[in-house]
Amino acid sequence: MKMLATYAAVGIGSGLGSALRYVISLLTMGTFGSVFPWGTLLVNVAGAWLIGWLAAHFAKAANARITHWQPFWVAGFCGGFTTFSLFSLEAITLARSNVTLACVYVLASLPLWLTAVWLGHRYATRR
Amino acid sequence: MLSLSNYPVALFREAPMSIGLNSIVLVAVGGAVGGMARFGIANLFARWVGGAFPWGTLAINLLGAFALGWLASALNMGDAKQPGNFWLIIAVGLLGGFTTVSSFSLQTLGLWQQGAPGKALANVLFTVVLGVIACGVGAWLAGGGL
Repeated sequence: MKMLATYAAVGIGSGLGSALRYVISLLTMGTFGSVFPWGTLLVNVAGAWLIGWLAAHFAKAANARITHWQPFWVAGFCGGFTTFSLFSLEAITLARSNVTLACVYVLASLPLWLTAVWLGHRYATRR
Repeated sequence: MLSLSNYPVALFREAPMSIGLNSIVLVAVGGAVGGMARFGIANLFARWVGGAFPWGTLAINLLGAFALGWLASALNMGDAKQPGNFWLIIAVGLLGGFTTVSSFSLQTLGLWQQGAPGKALANVLFTVVLGVIACGVGAWLAGGGL
């Protein structure tokens, strides 16, 4: 029963995260156009920051009422919000028309994700 | 005829005129299923091979990238101006929610902080290099017409 509730929490979180990712993709396409995948870059960096912050937050929370929400936020929301498959597809699609831009996308994404998760983690542990 | 101004960024060339609630619900449903599948597979991997290296997330991301490349090519997404319902629920929702950058980043940071920079670097290289290759191979197997 508890297992079922955990899966439900992950599912709901992931569904909400995915929907928000889609809306952000549409909004960035409307604002910046579709030349560069700004939406995916933005959600992946923001999601990496958030999971770093959440992981540190949950790790120091002794209160079961707080840790109860971990599956919803971490595996659910952050997992659904960020996406590796669309990132990969964007990279190879971009490479077909502009190899340089595709390389910039991939090589800029990596340090940004990793810096974001580190900053999120540090932000939660410093206070 | 792919030009910079109209190549499909992952989804489609043009944002829909309005952000329809229907399309958001489709993505949410797909994302919910994809997220639960990711959670289940990650748990299975953790039980089978332990948590010394994030094999589960790596397998999930490679599988998802391969499947999305295959699907985009099979559906000829390069010719699609706007996404159909199937693309929204399966590609943007299910496969988008199945794969994850957040867990990958957190696990890489964890490896680094545990004093295993070699494993952290291996995780980064395996994920990104193999992921992009997996996506390309998927597209190629489906006929290459992205």
